[in-house]
Amino acid sequence: MEQLPKWADLVVVPLVGLILAFILSMLMVLATGHDPMEALSLMVSGALGSTYGWGYTLYYATNFIFTGLAVAVAFHASLFNIGGEGQAALGGLGVALVSLFIPWPHWSIALLAASVSAGLFGALWAFIPAYLQAKRGSHIVITTIMFNFIAASLLNYVLVNQLRPKGAMDPATAKFPVPTHLPSLGEILNGVGIPFAKGTPANVTLLVALLACVFVYILIWRTRFGYQLRAFGKSQPAAVYAGINPVKITVITMMISGALAGLMAINNVMGEAERLILGSVEGAGFIGIAVALMGRSHPIGILFSALLFGALYQGGAELGLWTSIPRELVIVIQALVILFTGALDNMVRSLVAKVLIRPKRAEA
Amino acid sequence: MTTAPAIELTGISKAFGPVQANKDISIRVMPGTIHGIIGENGAGKSTLMSILYGFYKADKGDIFIAGEKTAIPDSQAAIAAGIGMVFQHFKLVENFTVLENVILGAEDGALLAPSLRKARKELTALAAEYELNVDPDALIQDIGVGMQQRVEILKALYRQADILILDEPTGVLTPAEADQLFRILQRLKEEGKTIILITHKLREIMEATDTVSVMRRGEMTATVKTSETSPQELAELMVGRKVLLRVDKTPAQPGEKVLEVENLKVVDSKGVERIKGISFEVRAGEILGIAGVAGNGQSELLEVLGGIRRGTGTIRVNGQEIDLTGKLSDARSRRKGGIAHVPEDRQREGLIMDFKAWENIAFGYDDDDAYQTGLLMNNTAIREDAEGKIERFDVRPANCDLEAKSFSGGNQQKIVLAREIERDPDLLLVGQPTRGVDIGAIEFIHQQIVALRDKGKAILLVSVELEEILSLSDRVAVIFDGQLMGERLPADTDEKELGLMMAGMTGEET
Amino acid sequence: MDYLTVLQILDSALRLATPLLFACLAGLFSERAGIFDIGLEGKMLIAAFFSAATAYSTGSVWLGLLAGIAASLVLSGIHGLASITFRGNQLISGVAINFLASGLTVLIGLSWFKLGGQTPALRGGARFQSIDLPLADTLSGVPILGPLYSEVLSGHTFLVYVALLCVPLTWYVLFRTRFGLRLRAVGENPAAVDTAGISVVGLRYAAVAICGVLCGLAGAYLATGLGASFVKEMTAGRGYIALAALIFAKWRPWYALYATFLFGLLEAISNRYPSLDLGFITLPSQFMQALPYILTVVILAGIVGKATPPRAGGQPYVKER
Repeated sequence: MEQLPKWADLVVVPLVGLILAFILSMLMVLATGHDPMEALSLMVSGALGSTYGWGYTLYYATNFIFTGLAVAVAFHASLFNIGGEGQAALGGLGVALVSLFIPWPHWSIALLAASVSAGLFGALWAFIPAYLQAKRGSHIVITTIMFNFIAASLLNYVLVNQLRPKGAMDPATAKFPVPTHLPSLGEILNGVGIPFAKGTPANVTLLVALLACVFVYILIWRTRFGYQLRAFGKSQPAAVYAGINPVKITVITMMISGALAGLMAINNVMGEAERLILGSVEGAGFIGIAVALMGRSHPIGILFSALLFGALYQGGAELGLWTSIPRELVIVIQALVILFTGALDNMVRSLVAKVLIRPKRAEA
Repeated sequence: MTTAPAIELTGISKAFGPVQANKDISIRVMPGTIHGIIGENGAGKSTLMSILYGFYKADKGDIFIAGEKTAIPDSQAAIAAGIGMVFQHFKLVENFTVLENVILGAEDGALLAPSLRKARKELTALAAEYELNVDPDALIQDIGVGMQQRVEILKALYRQADILILDEPTGVLTPAEADQLFRILQRLKEEGKTIILITHKLREIMEATDTVSVMRRGEMTATVKTSETSPQELAELMVGRKVLLRVDKTPAQPGEKVLEVENLKVVDSKGVERIKGISFEVRAGEILGIAGVAGNGQSELLEVLGGIRRGTGTIRVNGQEIDLTGKLSDARSRRKGGIAHVPEDRQREGLIMDFKAWENIAFGYDDDDAYQTGLLMNNTAIREDAEGKIERFDVRPANCDLEAKSFSGGNQQKIVLAREIERDPDLLLVGQPTRGVDIGAIEFIHQQIVALRDKGKAILLVSVELEEILSLSDRVAVIFDGQLMGERLPADTDEKELGLMMAGMTGEET
Repeated sequence: MDYLTVLQILDSALRLATPLLFACLAGLFSERAGIFDIGLEGKMLIAAFFSAATAYSTGSVWLGLLAGIAASLVLSGIHGLASITFRGNQLISGVAINFLASGLTVLIGLSWFKLGGQTPALRGGARFQSIDLPLADTLSGVPILGPLYSEVLSGHTFLVYVALLCVPLTWYVLFRTRFGLRLRAVGENPAAVDTAGISVVGLRYAAVAICGVLCGLAGAYLATGLGASFVKEMTAGRGYIALAALIFAKWRPWYALYATFLFGLLEAISNRYPSLDLGFITLPSQFMQALPYILTVVILAGIVGKATPPRAGGQPYVKER
């Protein structure tokens, strides 16, 4: 098969994959007796048609930027981190501990401390699977999935038995003290005269997420560690030849990945819920996989994909409110995106090649 | 009465996109003969053989088996037409027995037990007839390479092949084992089998074949009787110009000891001793060549010296002992200690195929201060360095933004050499420098190695090609079964003596 | 703890091990042929849903079984297409299939039954009934072994016995038939198979199909044998645990039986003793719940020895030029 030009490979192929996923999903919507066009327009208007919708879209997108970056960093080292769900949950624990038990004077300092804590907890949760893969060849896919389940049990235990305020029935912590409350995007934008809906969960963490994108770009393509990471991801024997330590790369990469996933907790635990509840991650770790695949593991691609999935999520929520189409539709779309941009990408590639290359040949 | 050729190809052509791998190839091989096909890498030999074995379909042309036009759309058809192929990289299942490998695909029914019984009987008969002795119940992973090759031949014979094609069969054999193979081929020839031998080794063509065809750039440039030609003539036909078969070099002027190895032992991950206590030294301004059949410890030797593998013993570079087992027993420390390494497998180890050429120039040297600015890597500096290196080493195309996989084997090797040689190392380790490299690049690479020697550097050369060893080295040592069998000066020895040592026989025993 | 309790736990263990055993054997066929499958979870889930849904609608557990197998085969087909024909990343394909099953089962379930993702409870002929093995009553008087036979072995549903039979069947197919020889070969060295004139693609699709059937059996058992309906995410990670058991079993059928029984035993114990009082420490229920997953990690950490997978596992086959 001839090589596609770089731009086609990076942009067109994921886009076509996305379109295929969408078409199939809409067919399913049709099959369950609903009108796909109506569903589609509801989703679009619900997600992007108002600043209220944007407030939610950007909130979700922030989550997915973090989890997408997490998966992407590991992908560059040919490591498949499926543990984002558990790592983000542990990140939430880190946020909760720091927010509940240390009195902070100002939200900006609290944000800094919570970020460090969340990242640390997430990194820690990724450490054991990473170490086992590096030292004992234990398949990281299975171990990270297991750690997702263990995280759920652990958080359950901690919330029910340790952090639940006396007399409360919810397995959740108390509300975080006021100085830890982060300004919402609405507050920030209104403060500079830009009209934006108040009461939406998008908050200052969005800026942290953007910073994370820049950080990841520099890390992967501009630092020595990133060079070693990419080389290791391409060929482990070559990495050893070049003096790159496979154990070091595996463990550090996964810890960075885990930290990024953990950072997501700033957005949902600190920024939105302002307390730690059970199941707060809600599948964002898994959507991170779709985001990373669609975004070709590049921060710019991830930014766009995260936005897309954020809109999908919010659109799906709106659908769920106004129709009887459940939110699980978004999971189906997510699965199809992963399928078409991840596993079936050779199929999509040859489809695109047929369209792009044949006309060129005819001209030649 | 004229006998029909056992196999005849007329006008075979095959293109892959813009590359014309085979252009209008016509050959005729008579039954009961051994026909050689020689050509450089990329000449189109593999494509031709793939067409014969049904892996590819020719765009144009016909195949005639015993005078009848035959279509070969897949391997099954090839086997049915009586073609058996012995591949360069054996197609055996390592944890199956010899018997299981022989019957795979030629089983006699859905249940295994009867097939195995029948095969055992036939195998014993075939082995006796052609002197191909194997143990039917041995696991492939437990038997040696020579015997594995015999299993491959038996596979073909079990399927009643009349035409045997062997692709680079002697790459993994000692000269003695290769002679044994040719004896077997003679025997098969006497029984009326037809043999096609694909090789790049001129000496084998001269020794073993009756007729030979030369391929160059997808075309058949000549077909001659082996008795009527010479290695010189064949080499010229392969390349299209006069070829220097031996490197011009002045005598060595060895200086201080650069590398001292004392009682080096290496045990692999399965607990098998790969190097059993060897000692040697290499001085500045000399090339020590280590000859040996693949798998006798030379790879492990390079890996220990290169910092990829652990070992025990004492190794000194410029008088300084280097760490063999601890924290500093890695490739980076070796490089800092003045050792550069051109690895045996450039595609798997020496280069990152998906990285661009300029990125590969920094490979192994990413901690070089010249490549950094502050906390980040200075890509401009690396690029500039790469452009210079690519120019000085005549890498074609001279484009450092191309990915390594887009370069030919020879040019890939030149990139690796440029990177390692221009580090001005005290000791250069080189493994199989011209494997998969076309003749034109071979000359250049040999010249570069000798030039480095003339600058007063020490070079340890490992190669399975005896000619290369004899041509380049100032001293030759032979490794067999993890031990050094002896050292010679090239002028004082020949391939026969070295071949014996490579098979484990020291000079005293001959 | 008295003998009766032990028997009850063993009885429970066998029931709980059955879906794991099916899934483990499914993975065995697939991986022996060189195709990694972490989509066992998704195939089980979708089979569970469709078997329960069909059993409810038709009143026949057998039709349910067929439907479950069919659904699992569809997902197998996708995995095969992605892994074999399009030479894609097998891990990503498996992950996608798991999500697909997660989403689809609820999507369709809500649309058909409007019960929040569940299927309605199954009764009578829509469920598997327990089967008493011959002489179970008469032998129950025999000391020690008698109750073992009549309580633990007898009285299970049809699919449990099928699962047990699948073990020697798998062994026979893999090691005593031509098909098994070729299948094992294609997972070790597909080039050897290809050059012998056998279709690598055909063999791998066959393996993937067998995997689909076995996962279908696993899922159908979950919803119509072990349980009495489909519940959202009811597989709860069993597909991954089956994979751990497969590695633990070093990809061999009889070891798979022992490994999955061990996991079944663990689940049975944690069901019986939701929180275990060991005297000096009480293991909380959350820990008991997490136990199978923790054990999986321990096994994978190779604390029980190193395991070598089929050599060509996980790599798409590309003909050498």
